[in-house]
This record gives sequence, C-alpha cells and structure tokens, in this order.
Amino acid sequence: MSHCHGCSLDIEVPEGARRIVLAGNPNAGKSVFFNSLTGMYVDVSNYPGTTLEISSGHFQGDVVIDTPGVYGISSFNDEERVARDVILTADIVVNVVNAVYLERDLFLTQQVIDTGVPVIVALNMVDEAERQGLKIDYALLSKLLGVPVIPTVAVAKKGMDELKQSIFQARIGNCEPDLRQKLDEFADRVGSRGEALLILEGDVAVAERHGLEPLNFREEIYLKRRKRVNEIVEYVVKEVNNKSAWVNTLNRLMIRPLTGIPILIVALYLMYKLIGVFVAGTVVGFTEETIMIGHVEPFIRSVVGHFVQQSSALGTILIGEFGLFTMTLTYVFGLLLPLVAGFYLFLSLFEDSGYLPRIATLVDRVLTGIGLNGRAVIPMILGFGCVTMATITTRLLGSERERRIAIFLLGLAIPCSAQLGVIAGMLATVGPQFAALYVMIILGVLVAVGTLMNILLSGKSSDLLIDLPPLRIPRINNVLTKTWIKSYQFVKEALPLFALGALIISVFQVTGILDFLQNMLAPLTVKWLSLPRDASTAFIMGIVRRDFGAAGLAGLPLTPIQTIVSLVTITLFVPCIASIMVMFKERSKREAAVMWLSTWVIAFLIGGITAQSARIIGTDTPLQIAGIIAVFWGLILVVVFAVKILKNRVWGERSGTGAKGVA
Amino acid sequence: MTLDGVKKGQSFTIAHIPNDKVRAQAIRFGIAEGEWLSCEEVVPAGPVVVRKNRQLIALGRQLAREIGVSLTQ
Repeated sequence: MSHCHGCSLDIEVPEGARRIVLAGNPNAGKSVFFNSLTGMYVDVSNYPGTTLEISSGHFQGDVVIDTPGVYGISSFNDEERVARDVILTADIVVNVVNAVYLERDLFLTQQVIDTGVPVIVALNMVDEAERQGLKIDYALLSKLLGVPVIPTVAVAKKGMDELKQSIFQARIGNCEPDLRQKLDEFADRVGSRGEALLILEGDVAVAERHGLEPLNFREEIYLKRRKRVNEIVEYVVKEVNNKSAWVNTLNRLMIRPLTGIPILIVALYLMYKLIGVFVAGTVVGFTEETIMIGHVEPFIRSVVGHFVQQSSALGTILIGEFGLFTMTLTYVFGLLLPLVAGFYLFLSLFEDSGYLPRIATLVDRVLTGIGLNGRAVIPMILGFGCVTMATITTRLLGSERERRIAIFLLGLAIPCSAQLGVIAGMLATVGPQFAALYVMIILGVLVAVGTLMNILLSGKSSDLLIDLPPLRIPRINNVLTKTWIKSYQFVKEALPLFALGALIISVFQVTGILDFLQNMLAPLTVKWLSLPRDASTAFIMGIVRRDFGAAGLAGLPLTPIQTIVSLVTITLFVPCIASIMVMFKERSKREAAVMWLSTWVIAFLIGGITAQSARIIGTDTPLQIAGIIAVFWGLILVVVFAVKILKNRVWGERSGTGAKGVA
Repeated sequence: MTLDGVKKGQSFTIAHIPNDKVRAQAIRFGIAEGEWLSCEEVVPAGPVVVRKNRQLIALGRQLAREIGVSLTQ
C-alpha cells in the first residue's frame, strides 16, 4: 500500500494500481462520471489545509480520484491548488469537457495535456451541443489534441461504456512545439514535465518544492494556449444554425434591471409558494409532527428509556426537551431537511438553466455596496433556507474579506426558513404597516452593517468575473441528483453541529445556566425594549432553535409594536446554536466570538431604538409608522456617513493596495 | 477609454488589463488583450456583459473601470 505522493492526500492506493483522476470545469458533469466509474463505494477525505473534500473510489482495481471543478490549475484558489496536486500525481486524467462550451473548457484540457499526463477526453453533453446547432468533428478534435475523445451524454448513460473501455488508451497529448522543448529541457532539472510547466507558469508552491524561484512565463504560455484552443475550436466546430433569437432576448430580459427584477421577483415568488407554503406547511407538518414527533421520538424515548431514566441529567441530555436523540433528529430531519431540499431544488434549477449567473449579474451592483459581489447571492438565498448551510456555502466566495462579511450578515440579519414561518404568521396578525416596519428595519440593518463592514474592513473585495452559460431547459434528472447530493451533504455537515448544539443547550439547562441567562436579559427586555418579562425566555430559546424563540413569542400577549420589537430583536439576536458552531468552525475563534457578541449588542440596540422611537413618535397611524422608518433610515445614513468621514480623516483615503482577487 | 464606458452593441478590443490574476483569469475565458469583443449588455451602474463568439462574460463595474479598451470603428 502506498499513499498519494506529493499531493499530501490520504488516499490508499494499492500496489500496482493506477490513479485515474477526473478533472473538468465547474458544472461539466464530473460527478455523474465519478459515480458511474466507481459505483457505490466512495471514500471522502478532507484535503489537508483546505475545507475541500475529495472523493475517491475504485474502478477495476484502480483508484479513481475526483477533483474540484476549475478553469485552470494555477493556484488561484484552494480548488485549483487541490486539482493541481491531484492531477500532477495522476497516471491517467479523464477530462470531462462540456461540448457546449468547448472554447472555455479546452483551456483546462490543453493545460492538463501540457503537464504531460496521459489524458482521455469525455466530451459531455453532445446532445445539448447538437440542439444548440453545433456540429463537432470528434475525430479531428482527437487528432488535434492528440488524445482519445469519447462523445458522451452522461446523465442519459450514453457513451459511458465506450469511455470505460477506452480509459486505458489515454495518451500524452499534443503540446505546442516551443513549449514542449522548453518543458523537456526544464523537466530534466525538476523531474517531471508537469512540475516544470507549473514552475514556468509561475506557480510559487511547486517552485518552492524544488527550492526554485517561480518563473514568469505564465502570460506568454497562457496566451499561446488560448490561441491554440481558439484555433482548435475553429477547426472542429461548425455552427449549423445560430441558436434561436428568443434565447438571446430572454438573456437580455434577465440581466436588465427593468425586466430582470420583475422576473426575479416572479421566480422568488414561485419559490416562496413552493417552499414557504407547500413544503413549510404540508410537507413539514407531515415529516415533523406525524413522523418525527408522532412516531420516531416516542420510539427512541422508549428504547433509550430502558437504560436511562428520562428525568435524570443524562436522560435530559439524551432524550429530554432539547435531547440529542429527540430534538436534534426532529429538527434536522423533520423540519430543516425538507426545507433545505426545497431550496436546493430551486438553486439547482436556477443553476442548470443558466439563470443563477444572470441573477448574480443583476444583483452585483447592490451587493458591491456591502462589500460582496454578485456571487454572494447563492449563500444569501440559501440563508433563507438554513443559515448553518449558507455559512458553509460562503466557501465559494472570492476572498476572506467577503466571507467575513457574508457570514456575519447571515448570522445577523437573514432569518432562516424555520424562523420565517413563525415570523410570517405573527406579521400577518399585526397589519401591513407593521409588517413593512419589520421588513424595513431588518433590511436597514443588513444594508447598514454590510456597508459599515465594507468601509471598515481592510483590503478589497473581489470583483465579479463569471461566464454566463447559454440558457437551457434544465434536465429534471440532473436537478434531482444535485438536490439529493447537496441535501445529503447538508445532513452530513450539519447534523454533528446540531447535535453538539443540543448537547451544549441541554447541559446549560441541567446546570441552570439557561435560567441565569434568562434572568440576566429580563431587565433589559422590560425597560429598554418595553416587552413583557417572558420575552427574554423566548430570546434564549432562540439560541436553541430559531423557530423556538419566535414560537415562544407567539404565545405572549403583545401589542402590534411589541410584536415588531420582539421579532426584530429575535431575528437579529444570536443565530441558532448550530450556526454559532459553524461560525466557530469556519472562522478563527476570536473572530467568531466577536461576531457572536456583536449580534447580541446589535439585536438589543436596534430593538431598543425601535421601541423607544415608537414610544416617542407613536404607532396609531400609518404615517407615524412611516415616521419611525424614516427616523431609523435617517440614523443609518448619519452613522454610515459619520463612519466614512471619520475613517477618511483617521486613516486617510483607502489605499487600493489591498489583496485583490477574482470571483 | 475603459470597459465601463463601452455601450451596448459596440465592438472593441481589449487594450490593457492591469491586474495579473484578472488577466490570467480573463485569458481562460477567452478575453485576452488584443481580442475582439462586443458588448452584449450594460447593467446600469452594474456589470458589463461582453460577448466573445458564443461566450458571454459578466465583469463587475469596478473591474470594468480598470480594463482599457479601444473601440473599433
């Protein structure tokens, strides 16, 4: 047995077995190939020093290793570094190429071919290319690249057998002669052509491994590669008919604000109808009440009850009100999983239809104001499903600065689906003007905090640079597979966090810390927020589960404005304990602690300002409510401007020297 | 002029991309310096969407400000 040398990845490779590596651009359909090659038995291991996980499995006694989807392997981000290391140690690379985007995808293909690793190309989605009026000469493509090319439609299992039969015919492909000569000379010094290529392309990490300074030929090599790829595409692709005009029109309509915003609103409304009404009501009613609380919990209680007294401390922790085997399971499987699956279903639909990057383009302007770019729309949408999951998804953002802003905003101002249901129910009882007040305050906090973080945090966020794939009708098969994989990953990542959270809360309950916290918050709740004393209990319950907190409020006799104040406070107040856990997991301990404390301060500050301004202005007429909103937004503007001026005065103009990346 | 000043429907070539990493990323997407592109759409105060053959690329406004272009007559 040996391990994967040089890539520090802990994958067992039996003696004599080959390493078959899957590589491709994002969304080329790699995962379908991986599953088809390896079958059911898959190992997932964390890639050291990153948050990335690498799947591996077996194909006819050889090892198959998956890599993250990348556009190239030049250490621009963690995904590229991991893909680079795994590809450099490959015996065979199966490069999955999307036939519709040959121009884009072949850049990676040529880069991998240039490393000198034997390659076989799986030209995927050829049916889609055909539908778009593209005629591809597979034989010529194979000849020009110098490697076998197998046309496939992976989701329909077409071409998969041919690929499996041809996999070992992978060959070292054609490389531009000048580059080839340079690589051969240099490879003698560093041992392999792949490492030679990356050092020539200025890869610092690879150069360091050989004690060398990285060279500065990236630009030159990149440009020649681009030219070569463009030529190949020109030779092999014939456009039979230009794709229909209405697709182009729809594309325009989606990115222009005047039409794009209404389209987005309709899409989000459909999402609300399906997830907010159908899943949250009907489906969750069945999964949570009937299945989990009705059948699973009593069963677990009776089984565990045989060994542990339910009223004992251990019993409370295991099967009590917030028990590990009771509340955690019900919460994750009964409530969150259906909702999260609903969100992923829409996200997959948006992604596969090509709509998602267009949403990102449309909202980019708004998000740059709060230090994010259009890509952050993904975690933001997911946040309305489950903040814990969304926080994990922020890994796709381009810089640490953006992750910091997004994670804090998610924890602070995005109510998750569990909470939204209860909030919407309570808002329905207080009248539209009060509902508007709630929405404007939360939105105000989101904008204000994002803007302030953007002003105060050092560095610069990355700019939007994304490709907009052609619009198409998503394949239902693919969408469902994606939804399933993502939902499964959610359970895998989130369940331990929720379990740990439940454990901590139960311990707090047993030791009396929970009561202590409630008593501590009581004076603040009564005097500053003008709420009944019991509201503080609801706030603390919000730490356990966000919907518990909101539901606790629903039982209290509150005036409309008290309802709004308490809802504002509980929305901004600490996210549920699982989101706090994930904050600590994704960020440094110090940063997470600061974020956590800040949510307490901001929640009570904003709740108090709302309560106090309502007391002074009054809440009898819609005009007075509008007055409160005006005062609130006025305050925000004053604070933002004051901070901006103060920062300019103290630190001088923000220098543009900060780290800058691309997302 | 810079890319943010390009109007919808105009054709242009990329003259200069100052940032190394952005330049490399752009080459991968097929928008290298000297390439002929056309402007597909400009989101008001937002990203600029450029077309290279069948490829559409959206670039954030700030990034577009840093990319030098020359209009083709």
